[in-house]
Amino acid sequence: MLRIYCPYCESVRDEDEFHCVGEAHIKRPERPDDLNDQEWGEYLHFRTNPRGEHREIWHHAVGCRQHFNVVRDTETYEIRHVYRIGEEPPHEAVLDE
Amino acid sequence: MNQQRRLNTGGRIDRTKPLEFTFNGKSYSGYQGDTLASALIANGVTEVGRSFKYFRRRGIVGAGVEEPNAIVQLDSNETSTPNLRATEIELVDGLSAKSATTTDRLGLRRLSSRLSSLMPVGFYYKTLIRPKIVWDLGEKLIRDTAGFGSVPNDRDPDIYDKYHHHCDVLIVGGGAAGLCAALAAAELGIRVMVADEQAEFGGWLLSSSTTIEDRASTEWVDRAVTALRAHPNVMLLPRTTIFGLYDHNLVMGCERLVHQQSSAPGFARECLHQIRAEQVVLATGALERPLTFANNDLPGIMLSSAVLTYLNRYAVTPGNDLVLATTNDLAYETAFAWHDVGKRVVAVCDTRADLAADLINGCEARNIPILREHVVTEAHGKKCLKRAVVALLSNDKRGLVGKSQTLNCDVLATSSGWNPVIHLNAHTRTMARWSEEDVSFLLDATSPSIATAGAINGVRRLATCMSEGVDSIRRLRSLSDDELVLPLPRVDEIPPSRADEVFKAPHWRVDSRAPKQFVDFQLDVTVSDIQLAAREGYRTIEHVKRYTALGFGTDQGKLGNVNGIAVLGDTLGLSMSEIGTTVFRPPYTPVTFGAIAGRSVGALFDPERHTPMHSWHVQHGAMWENVGQWKRPWYYPQSSESMHEAVNREVLAARNGVAVLDASTLGKIDVQGKDAAMFVDRIYSNGFAKLRVGRCRYGLMLRDTGMIFDDGVTARLGEDHFLIHTTTGNADAVLSWLELWHQTEWPDLDVRLTSVTDQWATAAVVGPKSRMVVAALCPDLDLSNARFPFMSVQSLEIGGIEARIFRVSFSGELSYEINVPAQFGLSLWEQIMAAGEPYGITPYGTETMHVLRAEKGFIIAGQDTDGSMTSADMNMNWCVRKSNDVDFVGRRSLALEDYQRPDRLQFVGLETTDPSQVLPEGGQLLKEPTKKTPAAMQGYVTSSYFSATLGRSIALAMVKGGHNRLGETLHCSLRGGGFSQARVVEPSFYDLNNEAQKVNVVDHDADQAIAPITGLQRSTGVTLKTEEVESQTAGVSLRQWRNFRLLTLVGSTGENRKQGNSPPLLETLPVEPCTWSSEDGVQVCWLGPNRWMSLELIDDERSESSEFFASQLGDISVIDTTGAYSVFSLTGPSVNELLLKSCTYDFHESVFRANSCVRTTFAKTQALVINQQNNRIDLVVRRSYSDYVYRWIADASREFGIRLVN
Repeated sequence: MLRIYCPYCESVRDEDEFHCVGEAHIKRPERPDDLNDQEWGEYLHFRTNPRGEHREIWHHAVGCRQHFNVVRDTETYEIRHVYRIGEEPPHEAVLDE
Repeated sequence: MNQQRRLNTGGRIDRTKPLEFTFNGKSYSGYQGDTLASALIANGVTEVGRSFKYFRRRGIVGAGVEEPNAIVQLDSNETSTPNLRATEIELVDGLSAKSATTTDRLGLRRLSSRLSSLMPVGFYYKTLIRPKIVWDLGEKLIRDTAGFGSVPNDRDPDIYDKYHHHCDVLIVGGGAAGLCAALAAAELGIRVMVADEQAEFGGWLLSSSTTIEDRASTEWVDRAVTALRAHPNVMLLPRTTIFGLYDHNLVMGCERLVHQQSSAPGFARECLHQIRAEQVVLATGALERPLTFANNDLPGIMLSSAVLTYLNRYAVTPGNDLVLATTNDLAYETAFAWHDVGKRVVAVCDTRADLAADLINGCEARNIPILREHVVTEAHGKKCLKRAVVALLSNDKRGLVGKSQTLNCDVLATSSGWNPVIHLNAHTRTMARWSEEDVSFLLDATSPSIATAGAINGVRRLATCMSEGVDSIRRLRSLSDDELVLPLPRVDEIPPSRADEVFKAPHWRVDSRAPKQFVDFQLDVTVSDIQLAAREGYRTIEHVKRYTALGFGTDQGKLGNVNGIAVLGDTLGLSMSEIGTTVFRPPYTPVTFGAIAGRSVGALFDPERHTPMHSWHVQHGAMWENVGQWKRPWYYPQSSESMHEAVNREVLAARNGVAVLDASTLGKIDVQGKDAAMFVDRIYSNGFAKLRVGRCRYGLMLRDTGMIFDDGVTARLGEDHFLIHTTTGNADAVLSWLELWHQTEWPDLDVRLTSVTDQWATAAVVGPKSRMVVAALCPDLDLSNARFPFMSVQSLEIGGIEARIFRVSFSGELSYEINVPAQFGLSLWEQIMAAGEPYGITPYGTETMHVLRAEKGFIIAGQDTDGSMTSADMNMNWCVRKSNDVDFVGRRSLALEDYQRPDRLQFVGLETTDPSQVLPEGGQLLKEPTKKTPAAMQGYVTSSYFSATLGRSIALAMVKGGHNRLGETLHCSLRGGGFSQARVVEPSFYDLNNEAQKVNVVDHDADQAIAPITGLQRSTGVTLKTEEVESQTAGVSLRQWRNFRLLTLVGSTGENRKQGNSPPLLETLPVEPCTWSSEDGVQVCWLGPNRWMSLELIDDERSESSEFFASQLGDISVIDTTGAYSVFSLTGPSVNELLLKSCTYDFHESVFRANSCVRTTFAKTQALVINQQNNRIDLVVRRSYSDYVYRWIADASREFGIRLVN
């Protein structure tokens, strides 16, 4: 069970206060009608699922009810960074595309 | 009985406290301080069980957690516990134990013992294959003989507890290294916890004869423990086995509390400690490895360390004449101690040629013969050990030379080295590496927050163990030698010389022809089994483990695994590191389910949510349906009514008269803010921007995939104020969904979302006569269709309390959903029942609600849909906007090509040919009544009921291309193999033109003299039952708040605050996360960014309204949520302990400060925990959970006593 720092409550809490929503930084297309089915389907369903650093959104459901970003290593479960929605991940956490 | 093998002096037992116990029906005695194992040895009991497969006699081998043979079952009543190691059971008076492995019903195991040579490894797999019946019969017999002990039949009456701890450093293991680490850490003033699996701290020092500063080493242990006890920041956990180390240093330990069973009721039998440690020191020590040789399982053959432990710690001697067989120096201590208590050491067999002078001198001084380069190759004896056969090893130590000699002895102590207890760190997926120097598997690496110290690192010297303990703290805390000084005592010991790498003695015959050489005692795995597995092609230790069952027992191979790895390596010609270990998985030792479940059993198994009217439903005999965590009335049987009869009566009452449903569980989300309309408009598939204030609209909420997620009625209460209704089970998920969109995609929108599910009690008054009942309750309200039309909402006062009435319908009938704040819900319900009595008002439950809606074809999201249905599939495109002006969630997906397929599963109704046949929900639909597989599935039934209104069964279903198949006949498969014919119809069965919701019935027969409504009465979330829990000595005092106001404040403090001329109340809002502030008796708690909760006690009469607050707070939305919460104040000396049992949050004063308030988990639900002055804790819990929370508090406080304060 993980320990997660909530950047809004500014404290570390147990995982059972949180809910993992999924991969972060997936921007909803501005003009969905310009996308064909395949492209829209990629936005809807396709995720990176990396081994190693993964940027994901967590929701502090039992606490402040805020969503925020987490960079977590999917292999070691180490949490490398936590940052608010709208912020960019720290430089070293930017994944190789 | 006399304890014939007990020494007159020595040991850590108390000879003044004799204890009686029984083992396998015979009575014995022991002393305080004994384990069951040491007491059995004291009484000369050599045989403690039989082996699993071959039914061979087995004796005690070890003295601790590694024991494979002495597996016993305690007691025979409902508290009976199977699968305990006698070596770990503290002796108590009256203890009753029996071997878990002595039964041999049918004599099968005795038989397999005779036929053992015919039953090699994999026997079952190879033999019991064909014909199939052989396996069917064989499996039954095998299962009958399998397993250890038996499960008690009755419910376990014991209590199990659970604590959540936080510390800076957790030290696992209270031996020399662990104690030194603890002493060092304690110096730093940080929060330290020390756990040890034994009743006493000291580890190996309790067994060893080593002296510290010329005194017995146990004296140093006593001093160290006393010093640690004196430290306020140190918590000692004896009897606590740390069984798992999980991610982010979550460490789980199980504490045995059986020794205090005799104390007051309410005490737990075991306690699970869930420890969050910033850093961990593993000082878990090492377990000795036995030597493997022929007949090495005879009772009397023991680990050298175990013999020494029994001798020194328990003052018992397992026999008279000892032979020691060793590969290393440490075991010599056993021979010396054996001699020094006046017993005879027959010989020491050492596999090595060169021995340290100290060892030779020690033996010579005691006249102990040393047989160098000798090994025990075979043991003899019928019931127990009589003779050991020893022989000279060849130079490569893989064969024997010369003649063997036989030594008469009754104890054979063996050692082939030590296995460091690396299990815990290995749980975090660290690999082990073989160290030739230490002849052990050692940890490869640890995470930066974990350090190891002592024997776990292969260390054999006591002085090094101690200094490593201190060093581990220096390393973890990044301190130099000067920064952390801890003087260590002088230790008198002989530095050990190099050990031999011998695991198994050679035999004169090949291993497969030699008497059995056991590797795993518990599961009877022998050397030749592993060799055979290797010959059959199994090459990895993981596969060999599963084929031979090596290490599969309850001891998980603590004794035998490394020897097994060595045998496999030898057979395959691979080194120890090439073979490696199997994966270590938690738990380190077996943990009871009771400990894991803790208090969450029975009535506290899962949180229960109750509506404000719950007590009325209980009184009126409601049957219950669980909807999520809610308890909802299912139906209300009268006298001897069946469910079917009750539901029919309730349905007809709603259709023909008036009926009432407790709809409080419906999810309710308050949406405010300047952009509320735009937000709701984007979230729902149908438009809400143009909805007029005071009107309601049904909406479909889609996922962005276009699939239906939720549905419900949304009302516009003001220009910038909406109230969203969700399905009962989806309320939390919908709120999270809205927050996700608001916070991640549309953060610029000014939207304030607040759950008000618990705030409003809702009674749906349904039926053609409902208007008259509502008129009686609200005499001033114009209820005409013109002034209060369908799909509108009215705000008013009922009995002096603010209320909202929604004219909506989930039944198709004329219907009014009356909402009042939850604290007045019970009173409202009683008034409705009184007002409706002349009209025969009938309460109805969820089953009738389902029948009514199914007759109308209204869907239930989650029952008729499963996340794979689009609005088109459900034939609900009527509530999807056609224009593309607003890009609502899910819109683009509805145009996906796949969603246009004509053969998609589509929503239809079904009418069975036999009108009395109610189809099973989930029943599969076929074209033909065929049992041939595969059959093409046409769809399935989603909802099915008997409709009393129509006098026939009805069903809703998903059918492939169903919208174009109306009139077609399908066949539904029934349980038991039958089929039922059904015709595909429109999914609506009743009142197709929606006339019923507009009716205007006037009942002239009813008594018009209805008493006018009186004021609604307030009720609390919990009815405290004083007599059940009240205690004289109260560790916890609990007070439930009765008259208070609780407001939720949402919005940005914005510019007002910056200008410095803001109203005082605005200044009060705390900005620092998780803190509170107060002003004029109003306490304001931070809940999240731009979100607060204000809390104040009020007088009985109504004081200033929430509007007053609103006027003081500028742009901040003020939502009265008094009804949504219950508030408990807790005081008393044991409150902190109660919180440790209930919350994972760290309530240490360094974190939870004087003005702290945190929303966190509390006993599987959640609470706002407020740190008040004067050692008081206030808990703010959602009202629906308050009964569950109160029962939890009462249960968890039983051991310290609870007092209820008014």
